[in-house]
Amino acid sequence: MIPPNFEYFAPNTLGDAVSLLERYGEDAKILAGGQSLIPLMKLRLASPRFIVDLNQIQGLEYVRESDSYLRIGALTRVTDLEASEMVRKKYPVIYDVAAHIADPLVRNMGTVGGNIAHGDPANDLPAVMLALNAEFIAISPTGERTIKAEEFFIDSFTTALKPSEVLTEARVAMPPARSGGAYLKLEKRVGDFAIAGVATQLTVDGRGVCERVGIGLTSAGPTPLKPKKAEESLRGKKPDDSAIKRTADLAADNANPRSDLRGPAEYKREMFRVLTIRALRNALSRVSGGS
Amino acid sequence: MTAQAPIIHGMGHAVKRKEDPRFIQGRGNYVDDVNLPGMLYLDIVRSPYAHARITSINVEKAKALPGVAAVITGKDLEPLGLAWIPTLMNDKQMVLPTEKVVYQYQEVVGVVAEDRYVAADAVPLVEVEYEPLPVVADPREALKQGATVVRPDKGSNLAYHWEAGDKGATESLFRDADVVAREEFYYPRLHVSYMETVGCVAHYDAISGKLTLWMTTQAPHAVRTVASLVTKIPENKIRIISPDIGGGFGGKVYVYPGYIVAAVASILTGKPVKWINDRSDDQPSTAFGRDCYMTAEVAAKKDGTMLALRVKTIGDHGAFFGDANPSKFPFGLFSICTGSYDFKSAFVEVDGAHTNKPPGGITYRCSFRVTEAVYAVERIVDVLAHKLGIDPAQLRIKNFIAPDKFPYKSALGWTYDSGNYLPALRKAMEKVGYEQLRKEQEEKRKRGELMGIGISSFTEIVGAGPAHTFDILGLKMFDSCEIRIHPTGKAIARFGTKAQGQGHETTFAQIIAEELGIPIDDITVEEGDTDTCPYGLGTYASRSTPTAGAAGAMASRKIREKARKIAAHLLEAREEDLVWEPGKFYVRGSPGKAKTIQEIAFAAYTNYPPDVEAGLEAVDYYNPPNMTYPFGSYICVVDIDKGTGEAKIRRFMAVDDCGNRINPLIVDGQIHGALAMGFGTAMLEEIKYDENGNVFGANFMDYLIPTAVETPKWETDQTVTPSPHHPLGAKGVGESATVGSPAAFVNAVVDALAHLGVTHIDMPLNPWKIRKILRDNGIQAE
Ligand SMILES: Cc1cc2nc3c(=O)[nH]c(=O)nc-3n(C[C@H](O)[C@H](O)[C@H](O)COP(=O)(O)OP(=O)(O)OC[C@H]3O[C@@H](n4cnc5c(N)ncnc54)[C@H](O)[C@@H]3O)c2cc1C
Repeated sequence: MIPPNFEYFAPNTLGDAVSLLERYGEDAKILAGGQSLIPLMKLRLASPRFIVDLNQIQGLEYVRESDSYLRIGALTRVTDLEASEMVRKKYPVIYDVAAHIADPLVRNMGTVGGNIAHGDPANDLPAVMLALNAEFIAISPTGERTIKAEEFFIDSFTTALKPSEVLTEARVAMPPARSGGAYLKLEKRVGDFAIAGVATQLTVDGRGVCERVGIGLTSAGPTPLKPKKAEESLRGKKPDDSAIKRTADLAADNANPRSDLRGPAEYKREMFRVLTIRALRNALSRVSGGS
Repeated sequence: MTAQAPIIHGMGHAVKRKEDPRFIQGRGNYVDDVNLPGMLYLDIVRSPYAHARITSINVEKAKALPGVAAVITGKDLEPLGLAWIPTLMNDKQMVLPTEKVVYQYQEVVGVVAEDRYVAADAVPLVEVEYEPLPVVADPREALKQGATVVRPDKGSNLAYHWEAGDKGATESLFRDADVVAREEFYYPRLHVSYMETVGCVAHYDAISGKLTLWMTTQAPHAVRTVASLVTKIPENKIRIISPDIGGGFGGKVYVYPGYIVAAVASILTGKPVKWINDRSDDQPSTAFGRDCYMTAEVAAKKDGTMLALRVKTIGDHGAFFGDANPSKFPFGLFSICTGSYDFKSAFVEVDGAHTNKPPGGITYRCSFRVTEAVYAVERIVDVLAHKLGIDPAQLRIKNFIAPDKFPYKSALGWTYDSGNYLPALRKAMEKVGYEQLRKEQEEKRKRGELMGIGISSFTEIVGAGPAHTFDILGLKMFDSCEIRIHPTGKAIARFGTKAQGQGHETTFAQIIAEELGIPIDDITVEEGDTDTCPYGLGTYASRSTPTAGAAGAMASRKIREKARKIAAHLLEAREEDLVWEPGKFYVRGSPGKAKTIQEIAFAAYTNYPPDVEAGLEAVDYYNPPNMTYPFGSYICVVDIDKGTGEAKIRRFMAVDDCGNRINPLIVDGQIHGALAMGFGTAMLEEIKYDENGNVFGANFMDYLIPTAVETPKWETDQTVTPSPHHPLGAKGVGESATVGSPAAFVNAVVDALAHLGVTHIDMPLNPWKIRKILRDNGIQAE
């Protein structure tokens, strides 16, 4: 559990950070909360020669609403999402997930940016970002760009970020009235990664018809997954029992889990169905006000 | 004399543990806290293969790394006679291999460097070439004709065949029985997952020729003797110190290669050498528990009277037969498997197999295979109950050994010292509301909801043990205590045992306080230093209170006899006219004429009778006349989520009987901890291997031990049936709940599904195993 040697930088500005990243390219790694990177280094599964620690950079830790977006700074600790009154009231799906990522120790350190940028299909936040149709803002030596969540996750541990890019913000359009969401995670034991996880976000109109449907799946294959057919099947429909079950069937069909110590693939696929049903029902029960 | 009599805190007082302030404040002193000037660090190159010939080892690059002090291979150990060392079970084990490796993560090369970081960097620089060999990782396969032989030196994979009981009588009872219940159980391979991994600091002083080893061992004296015999270093030149130990559970009885390599490295370099196992090295390479396939059968009459028990087991012992058992018992005390029931006859047989897995086999976690035995009997009794349609509680009650039959000779030859099983079960049933729960279950079944109730009425066997039957490598399993009372009435007591969390510093002080009336705060308890403590066999298998605790009482009584002489002298009375009450002798009829133990202690050094030696000390080596047989009844209530297959423990009621309780708080703590372990066993834990001998579950990401979040709320209670032969009427308790509880969890889950025809589910009770049963029965998931 001792990492190989590396050189360590702790720049004070984003500008310095990106220029270090540009200089060292593939040999450098960003360090945020360290809750994924450091274990990998200690197990010598990753051996970056240069570490660029973002923790000295001011202004990347925030959770606020502005310009009709909920904006979350990349260095925001997961625990701060859990503690935010606004998140709990208006973004229950984010509150749910924050309370189910790892354990409190990891959440105190782990960051929103790291959880997303790590590209681990077993991390919980990405599925929620997919359900919420989030956008990510990344900065590089050539400037800033916005990447849609559904275009962000390329493969296991591979994202759309370039080696010289820093993720600075995740943003989510503020939900309209009559919206609700939920995240359900099935785990063998608290603090473990999900056997299966399902995020749902719904907006229903005055007649009870689903206007917007967002679903995201955790541990469902090589990347976090947005089961689009499932989303579409519920859009424009009343979320009655049979519609919910059909949506859940489609979500489970879309999932491509692997057999491992967290269960056989067949079981996991079935759990995507169960959790989708339950998460949709949960989301519906929470449909309320919004803004 | 003080105005107020001091508070003594003898037997039965729930005082807080004396050791806790240092542990709670992070001021314990563990092996890794030992730091000596000039100390070097050992790291270990391990095998990626489960079975492979070593074609070459090149250490040059590692040696060339600045800061590396030595690289040690099997070839370096061979001339010292240390490439192989004896195990505790008359087998031998590799320290470092010279020809082939026999399990994944086996130690291959030791690298010694100036600091931990350099040592870790040198590990990947050691170049080892392997030629993979066929692997056998399943003990059932290992025993088949034509299987790959793990140990060519032994000729086959059969480590031993062992049997107990009357085969003929058992078979005839089976032949004539109305019903036979039969089931196959696999008890998964577990790791004890102590908080502190194993490690040592070896310090060889070339001038005095003395080797001092601070090490994580539960049995320091036995280690010293074995080390001396193996290395030929005189036994007075070896000092083993077990400082604070962060959990042992049997896993720290073994002698691991790292200890030997560190000691050799210290001799070679002339410097102290520290070795601390990483978690991800420790979990897959150190001693495991369980890993056995059992077929249990019970023969019974239609009315539920159980007649005979038969169990056939295949035990996986890994590459070396290195269990830490009493010598005469290759599969531990498995023959306790007739449990709490009055069987006419029983027969058990065990085949021990060698496989390409690490050795160990009996990290008790607890007990000498009592856990497996209790699981087999408590499960098969439930299988029979369901088969006969008799309530599992009633079936147990019908077959319990009656209280008037104690001391009871079991069908497999043990003499149970005392027991009274029905009150414990009744109490558990009343407290949990058993009848009500059965009604609720019936109603829920009608609605399609799943709940189950599981019972385990276990009998333990602990306190090894009587010299006529129990030894380890010929060393009889007595234990010891030496007490010295200082002139001011304070005391130091040293024992041959070594606590790893059991609270001996408190419990043993209470035993002495009870016997001598000295307040526990005035008694310092020490263990674990072979230069200062009397010889003993160590702490494991719930033996310390039955053996060393008893020695503490007996040594105290010897002191009391001498104190009587001194008191008689001081009071100018005859010895036989003195009456003892905790803390003082007084003259019969005149309670005012008294001398306290403190006054007597002072006189022992300042004013003792002419025909008496100075001082107030005693030593006792206690040979227990029998084992002790704690017991209890546990009831688990479980609800099952039909959609996910998760089994949620609603209640767990544990009624334990461990005889007289010395410190009820510590007893309760031991039970809580052991219940959590039993819960982990039943629900979560398993070390798996694939057919190539690759290990899964080698770290805490994959091997999940329970946390406070999912651990059920334990409800505990007691009955008290003292041991008739222990000086304080106490029995052991450390392991009761690990032994007793797994069957209760499994019985509860099987009970919830029994109406679907389910008779058994192997541990761990993963949700997917349960969900599969439901799916196969057409129960929709939502
Ligand atoms: C015991 C344990 C259990 C866990 N269980 C869970 C769980 O159940 N669910 C879950 O979701 N997670 C879990 N995690 C992972 C945890 O949530 C991590 O914190 C998270 O995956 C990474 O966040 P971090 O801030 O620690 O990132 P780091 O470990 O610092 O970095 C992770 C990766 O992201 C990159 N990175 C970080 N920040 C940025 C950025 N701003 N821009 C570009 N790249 C960046 C790094 O270079 C690195 O490659 C667990 C971790 C542990 C140790």
